[in-house]
Amino acid sequence: MLNIFRNSVTRLLVPAMVFALSYPLTAFATEQVVINGGDKPWWFWPIVLFFFCFILGILAVMAGVGGGVLYVPLVSGFFPFHIDFVRGVGLMVALAGALAAGPGLLRRNLANLRLALPVALIASTFSIIGAMLGLYLSALNPDIIQVCLGATIVAITALIAFSKNSEKPIVTKQDAISHALGLGGVYWDEGARENVEWTTHRTLLSMLMFVFIGLVAGMFGLGAGWANVPVLNLMMGAPLKVSVATSKFLLSITDTSAAWIYMNRGCVIPLIGVPSIVGLMLGSLLGVKLLAIAKPKMIRYFVIVILLFAGLKAMDKGLGLGLLG
Amino acid sequence: MNTQVSLAARPSKEQVIYANILVVGVWVGLALLFITYAVYLSGLMPHHVDISLVTGNWDKGVHEYLEITHSPQGWGWVSLLGNGDFLNYIGFAFLGLMTVLCYLVLLKGYIAKKDWIYAVIAFLEIMVLSLAASGLLGSGGH
Repeated sequence: MLNIFRNSVTRLLVPAMVFALSYPLTAFATEQVVINGGDKPWWFWPIVLFFFCFILGILAVMAGVGGGVLYVPLVSGFFPFHIDFVRGVGLMVALAGALAAGPGLLRRNLANLRLALPVALIASTFSIIGAMLGLYLSALNPDIIQVCLGATIVAITALIAFSKNSEKPIVTKQDAISHALGLGGVYWDEGARENVEWTTHRTLLSMLMFVFIGLVAGMFGLGAGWANVPVLNLMMGAPLKVSVATSKFLLSITDTSAAWIYMNRGCVIPLIGVPSIVGLMLGSLLGVKLLAIAKPKMIRYFVIVILLFAGLKAMDKGLGLGLLG
Repeated sequence: MNTQVSLAARPSKEQVIYANILVVGVWVGLALLFITYAVYLSGLMPHHVDISLVTGNWDKGVHEYLEITHSPQGWGWVSLLGNGDFLNYIGFAFLGLMTVLCYLVLLKGYIAKKDWIYAVIAFLEIMVLSLAASGLLGSGGH
């Protein structure tokens, strides 16, 4: 019975993925229709955006990336909204997703408050500076932001594709800052059926990295899970599960400060924001269920290709080359 | 599972409180978003900015958009809550204030435990988030 159910879902999943694969192109084609004289009613784009974000939510969960990093380049590339509004809503999308994931991660002791709080303070402070800088550059010339966003997305794609995470890094000696802050803990690894003790090292260097992470998150409205995890895991030596969970929780703090800057500047339009947030969250819920039967590795490759395309499209748009439509 | 290690793997009291506040806050925030959006689209309340004006100008930069639509910056939306479109900002603001609320609880807990390093970190974070939320940084003056 269970197998029949799984087979049915898989059969449904394949066309859904094919649809998802072609979806940015669909959105692009539709955009062209509108630009070329199509006169759509006001509800057209919010509805398309809702379904687009619903699929993004599914893909984001399966590929293990945050919603913001997919949302900003894809929506700015294929929808008619100005990059100011896309970044503002992108941060609200990432914030809502992180807030929703937070309780479960904290209760299971996977997201660690002692690890998150010091780095969150740094990242959130610099995300404010990044947001202000991003809005300043955008006011000067939005193409600057488009090109920088494109280059950042291409770099993130390479990071996601080539970085090798370490399940349980070996930390031979806890450094002084880590010791003073009491960075470390124990979590229950359900898969291995054992308690895993951990601590961190290279804390100062890692904290400096969060300056950069905060700036980029604020400037482009991307969230920052793509950068948090490698720093927490590979640099500080926190176990992968703790790094992923703490990173997700961190976003709720980093993105809050940047989101407020964008919101106070008027960059969050309800007609764009609500369908995006609700669509992505519902998609994420379905994504979690599908995760059990899908092949995340294949979807991860698929997302990498989509991200690379979105990054190149943003650069193409910013440079005005018109090579990608 | 060894009982002693099992206790060590449990989340701290602060983490559990933080999680409990978040879980309620997120659902209240999302419900607020959903309800206010339904009110907005249903036309039950007047709109400050006509929807056609929104869709006709969302391809423009935020500065130009605000000028055309006569929309406020910062907390100016509070004075326009009688309009369906600005009613939506209650949900956005609520989600944005959740973290500050959680940090206030954390701060109290750290002070009670005399964990001064983390009390200072929590206090500074509240200051940073409050500054960002205040609208003092670059908004206004429109």
